[in-house]
Amino acid sequence: MDGKGFFIDLTRCTACRGCQVACKQWHNHPAEDTRNWGSFQNPPDLSYVTYKLVRMEEYVENGQVKDWLFFPDQCRHCIQPPCKMVGDMDDERAILQDFDTGAVLFTERTNNLFFDEILASCPYDIPRLDEATNLQGKCDMCFDRVINDKLPACVLVCPTGAMNFGDLDEMRQMADERLEVVKEEFPNAVLGDPNALRVIVLFHREPTRFHHAAVASLHGPGRFTRKQAFAKMFGNRKALI
Amino acid sequence: MTNHYNDLMNSDCILMMGANPAENHPISMKWVLKAKERGATLITVDPRYTRSAAKSHIYAPMRSGTDIAILGGMIKYILDNDLYFRDYVVNYTNAPQLVNPDYRFDEEQGLFSGFEKVGEMPFADFGFYDKTTWTFQKDADGIALRDETLQDPNCVFQLMKKHYERYTLERVSDTAGTSVEDLEAVYSAFAATGAPDKAGTSMYAMGWTQHTSGVQNIRSMAMIQLLLGNVGQPGGGVNALRGTSNVQGSTDQALLFHIIPGYMPTPRANLASLQDYNATTPSSPDPKSANWWQNRPKYIASLLKAMYPDQDPEESYNYMPKLDVGQNASWLVLFDQMHNGKFKGFFSWGMNPATSGSNANKNREALAQLDWMVCVNPFDNETASFWKGPGVDPGNVKTEVFFLPPALFAEKEGAVTNSGRWAQWRYQGPKPLGQCARDGDIMLEIFRRVRTLYEEEGGAFPDPILNLNQKDMAKEGATFPNRYDPHKVAKVMNGYFTRDTTINGTTYSAGTQVPSFPSLQDDGSTCSGNWLFCGSYTEAGNMMARRDKTQTEMQSNIGLFPNWSWAWPVNRRVLYNRASVDPQGNPYNPERAVIRWENGQWVGDVPDGGWPPGERHPFIMRPQGYGQFFGPGLADGPFPEHYEALECPYEEQPFSAQLHNPTALHFEADKEAACDPRYPFVGTTYRVCEHWQTGLMTRWTPWLLEAMPQQFAEIDPELARLREINNGDMVIVESVRGQIEAVAMVTPRVQPFTVMGQTLHMVGLPWHYGWVYPEYGGDSANLLTPSVGDPNTGIPETKAFMVNIRKK
Repeated sequence: MDGKGFFIDLTRCTACRGCQVACKQWHNHPAEDTRNWGSFQNPPDLSYVTYKLVRMEEYVENGQVKDWLFFPDQCRHCIQPPCKMVGDMDDERAILQDFDTGAVLFTERTNNLFFDEILASCPYDIPRLDEATNLQGKCDMCFDRVINDKLPACVLVCPTGAMNFGDLDEMRQMADERLEVVKEEFPNAVLGDPNALRVIVLFHREPTRFHHAAVASLHGPGRFTRKQAFAKMFGNRKALI
Repeated sequence: MTNHYNDLMNSDCILMMGANPAENHPISMKWVLKAKERGATLITVDPRYTRSAAKSHIYAPMRSGTDIAILGGMIKYILDNDLYFRDYVVNYTNAPQLVNPDYRFDEEQGLFSGFEKVGEMPFADFGFYDKTTWTFQKDADGIALRDETLQDPNCVFQLMKKHYERYTLERVSDTAGTSVEDLEAVYSAFAATGAPDKAGTSMYAMGWTQHTSGVQNIRSMAMIQLLLGNVGQPGGGVNALRGTSNVQGSTDQALLFHIIPGYMPTPRANLASLQDYNATTPSSPDPKSANWWQNRPKYIASLLKAMYPDQDPEESYNYMPKLDVGQNASWLVLFDQMHNGKFKGFFSWGMNPATSGSNANKNREALAQLDWMVCVNPFDNETASFWKGPGVDPGNVKTEVFFLPPALFAEKEGAVTNSGRWAQWRYQGPKPLGQCARDGDIMLEIFRRVRTLYEEEGGAFPDPILNLNQKDMAKEGATFPNRYDPHKVAKVMNGYFTRDTTINGTTYSAGTQVPSFPSLQDDGSTCSGNWLFCGSYTEAGNMMARRDKTQTEMQSNIGLFPNWSWAWPVNRRVLYNRASVDPQGNPYNPERAVIRWENGQWVGDVPDGGWPPGERHPFIMRPQGYGQFFGPGLADGPFPEHYEALECPYEEQPFSAQLHNPTALHFEADKEAACDPRYPFVGTTYRVCEHWQTGLMTRWTPWLLEAMPQQFAEIDPELARLREINNGDMVIVESVRGQIEAVAMVTPRVQPFTVMGQTLHMVGLPWHYGWVYPEYGGDSANLLTPSVGDPNTGIPETKAFMVNIRKK
């Protein structure tokens, strides 16, 4: 079984932010005390209580707006999650990967991990720390909903079909088919790291125009930390003991 | 909407102008994007690059308040390039009709014949029109003469052509600030839907209505749609996106002052008897005109029976409140009268005029002139607490305020009618919190107590109160807050037979639900609270609660679900659909047919009347039966003409010497600042996806407030440099009426306009905020907007006014 996956079609995203709000509602996360900072995007960034954020970037050429790019950002649920590889070095029960769905789950033992290392391991700049508890948080694929045959909250609420969820192979197929169509209007459209992730994003323009960490490959070949390198070489440290 | 939301997917070209569907009608984008994926061209014309623009193929910026210039230019483009759908125009519109030879339009003065000057506004005359020349030449039977070659110089088609001769690309560009290239891109894409097998649609909202030429903005689009043969077609039509989930339903039920339920005119004082009222029923000498309003006497009699079951309609007509002749009781007038101390009491029910109303400072002052006010709202708001608002000393306010907490929408059962006229029944979700009561219960309880006072103490004219129908609204034996019965109300809204009645050989016993409005009678034998909803709750049950997706193949081809909920009228999903077929009943677009004449009957949607093809003209609600290019009924002219907003930056405009709409609604005592150097920038207001209306509910919803926390002002980078404003700075935006603080959002999504050789900047403002909550949110943008309005509807001009902006 290949587990579950998302397909996020940015050509269909209108930045209504239903996903961002539904995520907060399902997880019962508090609102952050925001102010307008000269942007529609708010909160300004992901946080321990903001797993899902619609990023909004103006694409400007010669002072004129060519496009307004919307990107519902979230954990990509890597098929081989580097955060887990690194985390397992310190506590193998802090970050779990569900066997059936493939969901990467941060538990209440993430306070046993070093946040800087976990954040540095993530090519997509996703994990966030709660300074009060030293716990780390990020999208949990609405794991509790999914194992009860319900869609993740962000997917359920999406009005336009930008957010999709299902078996990973179906999502991959949907992404491939949609990419072919979208390329007619946007020849540079790409899927973001489609073979490595459970969250496949169709970017109709250069991914870095949406966010600097939209795709991993643009950071260059893997800059492993020492710990990551060990993790890769030996697998779970405790398993060796 | 002439059509409905999921019908948008049938369109070949969607013009989003005067609306921002991605932000204000987000679910509609599901269907807009489906159309796009089927090959449709999406066009956004808007002063700002919006979230809708981001999904469009073509974005054309425009200066707010120049819609008629742009749309008039499109009319000229279609006519000059022969892109109109000739058969449709000849067969189904009044283009061939011959107009009274005394009708004139003075192109230099910008005035139609019959203008009577009453006074002067700054830079413009003000008056009204005597419309006696806005008529047609008629034959001996009274039927308008037609020239189907469209060549007669007095035919509507030629007059229209002449009227829009002046709307050249260059002149439109010079006025609107839209480049000629952008105009041509919009015109050619949309005009391509004039092909018989193509359909273009228009999505509009307050961006068109809230102007002193609001009605004419929409008429301009209606004319384009008639020229292109897009009215009646799937994927076509003129589609108003209503501002709240049930505003369509409340308008159907007489939200507005000039109509009573079902769009019948409100009785006026000169129509003393029901006979007088019925004498004003539209008539037509043309046997081919269905003139559906000829049935109005049946609908008024049935309405009166629904309200007063024990009286004859002739008697209960006397109970109806009546407007004075010529009286305008629209929003701005009401608040002007309140400001002048003409009201003792005011129910502010589900609204927040201290924030939502144009010239909100005036409204706030007006509230202080009342003896009492009842606010029915789920949260504290700027209206309920006006007496302790900014600059108000509570000790000086005499108004006594009563605050009643209502149940929220999900906490009550009943029907909500969406923009596409679908009445969808909802069950109750959670129970109301605490002492919150359903609106219906609050109304019934107030009525019960008022009625008791009349019973016990008498009073002037008690009959309308004492005789009002309660049995069809309240549960027997129940008490507040459990008396209101939405099923009873829905049933009487549909209507039932008041006595045994035989129609065409079928006998309906007393108490039987009326099957549909053709069965309504004018003799008191039927009741119906709203003839348009007759058919919504029949002997077969509550049609509005249906959730059956069964459809024929023809229906499935265009996403038509006749068994899902219920649409007025008679479950018709696409209005004027008889215009989608040729006079033989063959669809103009066989690939996406909405109706078709097949083996002696209509299939597909419910047709606009069951007559065989060609037997009746398709526009059955118009007395003459035709779509109207020449519209003689409006206050400001039979053809839309460009005028500047009442507050505008220039003392002259390129189309005529008449700067403003000469019939616009305005008030002598109120301040406007036309061409005032202190207020050099165009202000406009709008909504964002994250908030709803005055934010009364959404500001109190933490996740929505988090996403859009504060009043902001969108300005272009050049204006920011001019005023030394950085992105994120606090700024003060002021008009001649007031000022607000806002966060500057400096963005290239807004660009300066070049208008008549000059650079013009715009300040864009959402109007969701108010001083009550949150404390850092900023006050209402409507403190800046003017109390001037459209002459036909009285809707305020909040989309184009003049402001200044400076760093705080």
